[in-house]
Amino acid sequence: MAKAARSKTTDSAPSARDQHDFALHSLQESHEKALRYDASTEQMLDFYEQMLLIRRFEERAGQLYGLGLIGGFCHLYIGQEAVAVGLQSALKEGLDSVITGYRDHGHMLAYGIDPKVIMAELTGRQAGISKGKGGSMHMFSTEHRFYGGHGIVGAQVALGGGLALAHQYREDGGLCLAYFGDGAANQGQVYETFNMASLWKLPIVFVIENNQYAMGTAVSRSSAETEFYRRGTAFRIPGMDVNGMDVLEVRQAAEIAFAHVRGGNGPVLMELGTYRYRGHSMSDPAKYRTREEVQDMREHRDPIEGLKKTLLERGKSEDELKDIDKRIRATVSEAADFAESSPEPDPRELYTDILVESY
Amino acid sequence: MAIELKMPALSPTMEEGTLAKWLKKEGDAIVAGDIIAEIETDKATMEFEAVDEGTLGKILVSEGTEGVKVGTVIATMAGEGEDAAAAAPAPAAAEPPAAAPTSAEPEAPQPAKAEGATARPASTAKAARDPEVPTGTAMKTVTVREALRDAMAEEMRADERVFVMGEEVAQYQGAYKVTQGLLDEFGPKRVIDTPITEYGFAGVGTGAAMGGLKPIVEFMTFNFAMQAIDHIINSAAKTNYMSGGQMRCPIVFRGPNAAASRVGAQHSQNYGPWYASVPGLIVIAPYDAADCKGLLKAAIRSEDPVVFLENELVYGRSFDVPDTDDWVLPIGKARIVREGRDVTIVAYSIAVGMALQAAEELAGEGIEAEVIDLRTLRPLDREAILESLAKTNRLIIAEEGWPTCSIASEVMAICMEEGFDNLDAPVLRVTDEDVPLPYAANLEKAALIDAPRIVAAAKKVCYR
Repeated sequence: MAKAARSKTTDSAPSARDQHDFALHSLQESHEKALRYDASTEQMLDFYEQMLLIRRFEERAGQLYGLGLIGGFCHLYIGQEAVAVGLQSALKEGLDSVITGYRDHGHMLAYGIDPKVIMAELTGRQAGISKGKGGSMHMFSTEHRFYGGHGIVGAQVALGGGLALAHQYREDGGLCLAYFGDGAANQGQVYETFNMASLWKLPIVFVIENNQYAMGTAVSRSSAETEFYRRGTAFRIPGMDVNGMDVLEVRQAAEIAFAHVRGGNGPVLMELGTYRYRGHSMSDPAKYRTREEVQDMREHRDPIEGLKKTLLERGKSEDELKDIDKRIRATVSEAADFAESSPEPDPRELYTDILVESY
Repeated sequence: MAIELKMPALSPTMEEGTLAKWLKKEGDAIVAGDIIAEIETDKATMEFEAVDEGTLGKILVSEGTEGVKVGTVIATMAGEGEDAAAAAPAPAAAEPPAAAPTSAEPEAPQPAKAEGATARPASTAKAARDPEVPTGTAMKTVTVREALRDAMAEEMRADERVFVMGEEVAQYQGAYKVTQGLLDEFGPKRVIDTPITEYGFAGVGTGAAMGGLKPIVEFMTFNFAMQAIDHIINSAAKTNYMSGGQMRCPIVFRGPNAAASRVGAQHSQNYGPWYASVPGLIVIAPYDAADCKGLLKAAIRSEDPVVFLENELVYGRSFDVPDTDDWVLPIGKARIVREGRDVTIVAYSIAVGMALQAAEELAGEGIEAEVIDLRTLRPLDREAILESLAKTNRLIIAEEGWPTCSIASEVMAICMEEGFDNLDAPVLRVTDEDVPLPYAANLEKAALIDAPRIVAAAKKVCYR
């Protein structure tokens, strides 16, 4: 059974003895004392809107792919929305930096970057955020200190270490949030970076988005230690095991982790248990798991439905939430129209941006 | 029988050293393991340890003597029951042996001969002065190693964002002593010792560049950078393009490249052609100290990612460097290092020395060769190559590296595509043999390019 589905009290949870063996759990203990972030209704509506935007945007991207308007590889974030929204909402905007792998649309949207320029990048247009030269996997926004968007699995972890080094070097008080998946967690450079980050006390939060499958390989078939939050143990990096399907739990965990890192205590490793509803990429039929597994997740653990429930409990009406959905659908439609109708890059762009200077 | 104590070779490339200090006196009793003397190589001060027991006889090389060739008898030792005073060798033995035991080294010329600074009796051609050096500029003699260090130190003084990271760059003062003194001046924040983790620290350096710093990443050798090549190419070289010009990566990857001496196949490879094939990278492979300094400064100042290929065998050679505050050279410009009218020899890095030696020899046979040092491998200075070809109508390329898909291949393609009408003979490439570099001295020598091979190729295209 997928780990994200596991509640803290079921049989599949690590035994008490296992927990005892894992020494670097002080942050986890703090987290378990207060699991959910005490958000105002306004903040919750904000999270809801952001998650919904990612969901609708990705659904539309899937459609545009089917129509042949998006080419190449396209990795959708549907199901994992709470991770990017919960973590990034806790960052200091304009100071902290973020880097991730190729499943990057959600992280950009969580920054409030205009969906139009993201969608136009997916369709390979001049107005795209990388002028159409990067594509789905290679998008950046230095303005927001979002450093990509990297297509080589695990590369962003070492690069993130460098971004953290730059924060430390400039003494600007910022931190780097470096996302990677359960698949990338088996790359050697991840551990090279853990070692240096801990040795040099770099201000970095390593985030493993464990969506249970590295492409088509379930974590249990690829990983000797599937409790990824423990993978920093050998480097003295404290770990946190976080429910990535609840945006308020994610946000609360982020508060604890970020405070630790900002305090000059070196890196934290967060494992976010999550789930992607779609295949690894658009061309993946996802036959390695049952329909029932996906359906169970959608019905019982969906991050958007979960927050909707909380909002209704807080007295928000169905109609109010429907209005948000309507507004978002309009935004996404506008982005899709823009991405379809805006021109392809000028042929001269082929030769620009190779080097910064002329020699 | 008296034991002869000889100047030891203390590194793969050491040819001579300084006898810094005698720690034993004539007549002292010595047991195995005693430190007899301190010897200074160009990289470090090493202790010279006794392996035999006996009494120190005559000291033949006094302390403070510089340039003592490896193999020179520096003292004698009397064995047990022998008369130490009688252990003095025959006078001839005190002379340095004619040939150092490092005969496997590529036939690199001594700098004084190669650089055209001294007279060229057989030649009518003049060594070409670097047009970048203003007339009347004072020059000082420094080693390539010092020139590289000076370049880094000057740029670090000028720009707070510049820092150095790599294995043994700080406390150890550099595996090849290129970063000597930087830790003392700039401290551990800006001179960072890394673990042995090339892939990781190349990524960290690249990320730091993306984050607004200007890292100099030293690889102990570029052979180890193969573990890190993903970040050099996929992360550093391509990001500016993929981001539509948003995300810059101003970083310098530097370190020794190509064959050293007797270190075998895994430690002896020229990566110039590999990196030069990648759009988005600048690749520099200079030869002399002035170019090393001027181009490393330019590399550090550049907003683009630069691969800066040095050569271990050249680190200890001395050259004239302009004695100015701000010696910076343009990237992408080749230099005519010797003018000639009969044949062009295009070279880069250590092969420039061999090409100059070959040109000297050719001059003795009435062939005036023009030697071009490419200095930058990407972007390649096509005009310099084609202009020289238009003048000489014959061209060969000298490259210390494999022939297949080499810089030589690229230069040949340029000559075919753009200089065909000027060719009076086929373009030839003179390179290493197409084999992994062997360890055995004779095989290594056979595998590596040398001046005689350049001479033979030049004569061939001159139909001589």
